[in-house]
Amino acid sequence: MDKQRKLLSAPYYLWMGLFVVVPVLLMLFQSFRDMDGSFTFLNLKGYFTSPVYLYMTGQSFLYAFLITAMTLFISYPAAYFLTKTKHKQLWLLVLILPTWINILLKAYAFIGILSQSGLVNQLLGVMGVGPQPLLFTRSSFLIVATYIEIPFMLLPLFNALDGIEGSLILASRDLGANEWQTFRSVVYPLSLSGVRSGIQAVFIPSLSLFMLTRLIAGNRVMTLGTAIEQHFLVTKNWGMGSVMGIVLIVIVFVVMGLTRKHQRGGIG
Amino acid sequence: MEKNIVSFTHVEKKYEEEYVLKDITFELKKGKFYTLLGPSGCGKSTILNIIAGFTQPSSGVVVLNGDNAINTPAEKRKVNTVFQDYALFPHMNVFDNVAFGLKLKRISKQQIREKVKTALQLVRLNGFENKETTEMSGGQKQRVAIARAIVNEPDVLLLDEPLSALDLKLRTEMQYELRALQRRLGITFLFVTHDQEEALAMSDEIMVMKNGEIVQTGTPMDIYDEPINRYVADFIGESNIVKGRMLSDYLVSFAGKRFVCVDGGMNTNEKVDVVIRPEDLTVTDADAGQIQITVETQLFRGVHYEIVGLDQSGNEWLIHSTKKTESGKIVGLTFQPEDIHIMRLSETEEDFDERIEQYTTSVNADEKGADFHG
Repeated sequence: MDKQRKLLSAPYYLWMGLFVVVPVLLMLFQSFRDMDGSFTFLNLKGYFTSPVYLYMTGQSFLYAFLITAMTLFISYPAAYFLTKTKHKQLWLLVLILPTWINILLKAYAFIGILSQSGLVNQLLGVMGVGPQPLLFTRSSFLIVATYIEIPFMLLPLFNALDGIEGSLILASRDLGANEWQTFRSVVYPLSLSGVRSGIQAVFIPSLSLFMLTRLIAGNRVMTLGTAIEQHFLVTKNWGMGSVMGIVLIVIVFVVMGLTRKHQRGGIG
Repeated sequence: MEKNIVSFTHVEKKYEEEYVLKDITFELKKGKFYTLLGPSGCGKSTILNIIAGFTQPSSGVVVLNGDNAINTPAEKRKVNTVFQDYALFPHMNVFDNVAFGLKLKRISKQQIREKVKTALQLVRLNGFENKETTEMSGGQKQRVAIARAIVNEPDVLLLDEPLSALDLKLRTEMQYELRALQRRLGITFLFVTHDQEEALAMSDEIMVMKNGEIVQTGTPMDIYDEPINRYVADFIGESNIVKGRMLSDYLVSFAGKRFVCVDGGMNTNEKVDVVIRPEDLTVTDADAGQIQITVETQLFRGVHYEIVGLDQSGNEWLIHSTKKTESGKIVGLTFQPEDIHIMRLSETEEDFDERIEQYTTSVNADEKGADFHG
């Protein structure tokens, strides 16, 4: 039995080792090498002393935070009301459907919508506001990124809210709580597990969005993801790219730590 | 005149075209233990939900403590519920669960602490304040749920099959405790169950339900001894129900013989159902018995033997006897006139009550009547 279990779990350990542990170690190794391949601390030093890089990291963080906040702000009420609709699973599917479409396609679709002659500007033209430069701005980046990330926030929130026993809501009302009090002291605390997973599912990928920064934000927004891509593919400075990769991993762990389930609160 | 805490007048509830409750009328008096007894799907939980304010009746009037409750939302009603699945808040410990209702009112923290402590004492969970509900056993969760409800001092406590998830021993224990608790608090309890033993053991009054209607209301003894029809007789306990014919008042024929009974008020030669409880039958020699049966099976049940036999007319008889017999043997059965309960095939509860009142008490006033209607 025990042996069998070990045998069955072997592929997963192998996978973890080859595709998680080894790459991270390689990146760590790489971050201590200069362009010629000799050992150096200059990459690390360079990163932490360069205002450009630090600013960029801060910006990544800020945008990821804004995207997460916006998706949460939109998804929470959506998920809440979704659990109360009659065909909730169907509606959920409809809202999740955009994830089936390739992100590049979605980005190009938004270029069509937001461009100088796009749908939005045509509408603005009809209203007499005239065409506005919508594409290649920070706000367009935020809007598109939020749109793309919403399903990843919606799904865990929906699951958490939908998992709350109906009798708990009745019990709360029964004990004298009105709808708002019930939401505040029963529904919200019990949905926190979903909020946490939602934040993890959105914040972390948002830190390293790189395709959108170019297509929608026109390189006006530089995130860690963009910088890593540049270092590996354009300037071939693998050492610096690796340092940023490591920084990203550290940030991921910090976020996971902050959103970890505490001793009490939340179900499951 | 005792005060009515809850009263239903011609209350009906239908979902789309289907009636869940049909013409329900009843009153709950202060400080009594009521039970709604019926199989699942008979509408008993719907009555609780209407009292609690979770559902609205389709028609009829619901009065809570003198006020029409139609526009009172659930949170404003002085009614609390103990849910079947306990519905304890998993993100709160015992104290916070019990204090939930109190914290919504303007009560000082000191008072809340005291009230919670008293409530926990009542359900014998002293010192459990800081325990997580997720770590507790079913019986303990049950007690927390009760404490959480009674701490708000409701006019009525609704209990929706609260004991069904407990094992037999704990369930019996909780029956005693609930009854004692109800007496001590003087709160009206409305208990919903499909378990007739539970209902008989705890209630002041039982309302037997079937398909959205209240079939019979009465004390446990009333209902046990004078079931209105086959359904109630069957539901409320094991019984022998045989077809008979009323020859005249106080004279009934069944199993091919005539018997003196204590019921009357029926038409001559009216077809009736005759009920005799298994424990009212005594096994004797074949010659001495009023009915002769052939013993088919005999089962040792601990307290008694459960004997099943057939009479000459093919009626099956179930007997609880402390004396044993042998299968295949022909034995006699004896019983007293007052052990014979006659049920008309379709009689309304009002007619039934009137008839019973008239005939049972007139004949039996000295012996059994006092028990029946006291």
